[in-house]
Amino acid sequence: MIYSLFAAHVKVNSMPIRLYRLSGYAIVLLFWLVGMPAHAALNIEIFGGGATQIPIAIVPFAAEEKLQQSVTAVVGADLQRSGLFKLVDPGGLRPHEPVEVVYPDWMSRGAGALVIGSTTMLPGGQVSLRVKLLDVAKQAEIAAYTETVPAEQLRAAAHRIADLIYEKLTGDVGVFSTRIAYVVKQGKKYSLQVADADGFNAQPVIEYTEPIISPAWSPDGTRLAYVSFENKKPVVYVQTLATRARKAVANFRGSNSAPAWSPDGKKLAVVLSLMGGSQLFLVNADGSGGLQRISQSSGIDTEPSFSPDGRYIIFTSDRGGSPQIYRMQVTGSPSTSAERLTFEGSYNVSPHYSSDGRSFTFVHRSGDRFNVAIQDIATRQVQLLTDSQFDESPSFAPNGKIILYATEVRGRGILSAVSSDGRTRQQLSTQAGDIREPAWGPLPRLQ
Amino acid sequence: MKKVFGVLLIGLLSACASQTPQPSAEVEEKSVGTQPQTEAPRATTEGGPTLNPLTDPKNILSKRSIYFDFDSYVVKDEFRSLVVAHAHYLRNNTGARALVQGNTDERGSREYNLALGQRRADAVKYAMTLSGAKEAQIESVSLGEEKPRATGHDEASWAENRRVDIRYQGE
Repeated sequence: MIYSLFAAHVKVNSMPIRLYRLSGYAIVLLFWLVGMPAHAALNIEIFGGGATQIPIAIVPFAAEEKLQQSVTAVVGADLQRSGLFKLVDPGGLRPHEPVEVVYPDWMSRGAGALVIGSTTMLPGGQVSLRVKLLDVAKQAEIAAYTETVPAEQLRAAAHRIADLIYEKLTGDVGVFSTRIAYVVKQGKKYSLQVADADGFNAQPVIEYTEPIISPAWSPDGTRLAYVSFENKKPVVYVQTLATRARKAVANFRGSNSAPAWSPDGKKLAVVLSLMGGSQLFLVNADGSGGLQRISQSSGIDTEPSFSPDGRYIIFTSDRGGSPQIYRMQVTGSPSTSAERLTFEGSYNVSPHYSSDGRSFTFVHRSGDRFNVAIQDIATRQVQLLTDSQFDESPSFAPNGKIILYATEVRGRGILSAVSSDGRTRQQLSTQAGDIREPAWGPLPRLQ
Repeated sequence: MKKVFGVLLIGLLSACASQTPQPSAEVEEKSVGTQPQTEAPRATTEGGPTLNPLTDPKNILSKRSIYFDFDSYVVKDEFRSLVVAHAHYLRNNTGARALVQGNTDERGSREYNLALGQRRADAVKYAMTLSGAKEAQIESVSLGEEKPRATGHDEASWAENRRVDIRYQGE
């Protein structure tokens, strides 16, 4: 793997009114050249990173060079991709046990944390991993990780190690073991795919020569809802990832779209034109019907998103004359009144709740530009997070710290991720085709 | 202005796209109806072949597209006669079924554009029912920005895509 580093400056214009834009910041650009073409579907570039990156040194584990997959390379890439860590080169030092660590060596290298470990190949294709996270200043062990895994699961184990390091050093839940869904369009072919959060192990979920939009993960991560145009009109399907079995859960007369899962995984909010216009309904996620109307307006109501406690839905509506974001309570009957949440400008769409329910991300149009923003529900404060031109479909990572969205660079559709404080950005692209409609999957359930 | 970083990315799309998974569960279909009973009027020239009016280029019924202004779902006057002609066809062919598909240009949210396209399709459907077509004969749906006819990023392309198409079952 080859790293290349150089710095550049980016200026971000400041905005008047109540929108806060970030001031200019130094950018560190990292290139990640993928060495395993058979598995890497997405290329990832990283931009940004604040001044408060944690300097961490990761020493290649004992006997790691014998493995088919380097564990420390994946751990280092994960931590770098978060934008919160700065990798410190171990140089020639190779401690594998705490007793072998000479802490002053690491202090002088500027490392605040140190990761060491060892690997052992066992019969039957298993690998035993023993990893320790050390605090350099305190000269103490912060955490330990011990696991035996099949060799095919070394990447997954590396992601778990990165999650542990991330949690211990930042206090937040790591998302390195999660997956993302997205749609790739190449020529006339559309492919809904699921990949690891680092872009590896991409698998097609469904492929067709008609568009696929609006993928949505079930809360337990086992199913994807999506909208397919294979029948010359939009229909909502739910597909079980493990079996590929799928069911049309909303195939009513007219258009069916914008699926959003209730937090208990039993219902989907959808947009139907069945009763005129575009209105919000609930249907059973298992395809057994259960149609229930929940919005009642003379305008367009679309893009529903459930609050984490299931009590509210935020959605886009132009009932007031222009598309804005509203919130309504989920009750047994159609709601005619909803609270308007956005007041800046004439086009605020595509809301998604954060995992703590305190804020939402959305797209704000200003002039010709469509940018990702985040709004605190209690304070109504809005922060614009991007300064590109054609951003769409933002959604949160399950730890609420990163927002994934689709955008365009030089005419090509790519995905981008920005930290919720706006400081760090990644771009995810495929070598050929356009990538769009991203959805970040949930945290893996404990087995 | 954001600097453009000239980066050559050397990643490969994973070689996993060979198989198209087939949906294996039962898919509920709500099909639109029975085959249309088309009545082909005789051509006016003597001894000429009878033509399907829906595809006869000399017949207004072969025109299937209604175009809209930006941010609008109003059926403009210049398309009134086209809408009325299709409405009368449906009125006179009670077994005929039409699918009216609304489209938008590419700007903005995909789902909101899906709803805007729906508005346009609904407007055309409504206009057709005012002229004698039965509501049950017409299904109005939206393709949003997903199936553009013109793929440029300029006003000419956008104008081409702000459009409703009328299709008949059996075509």
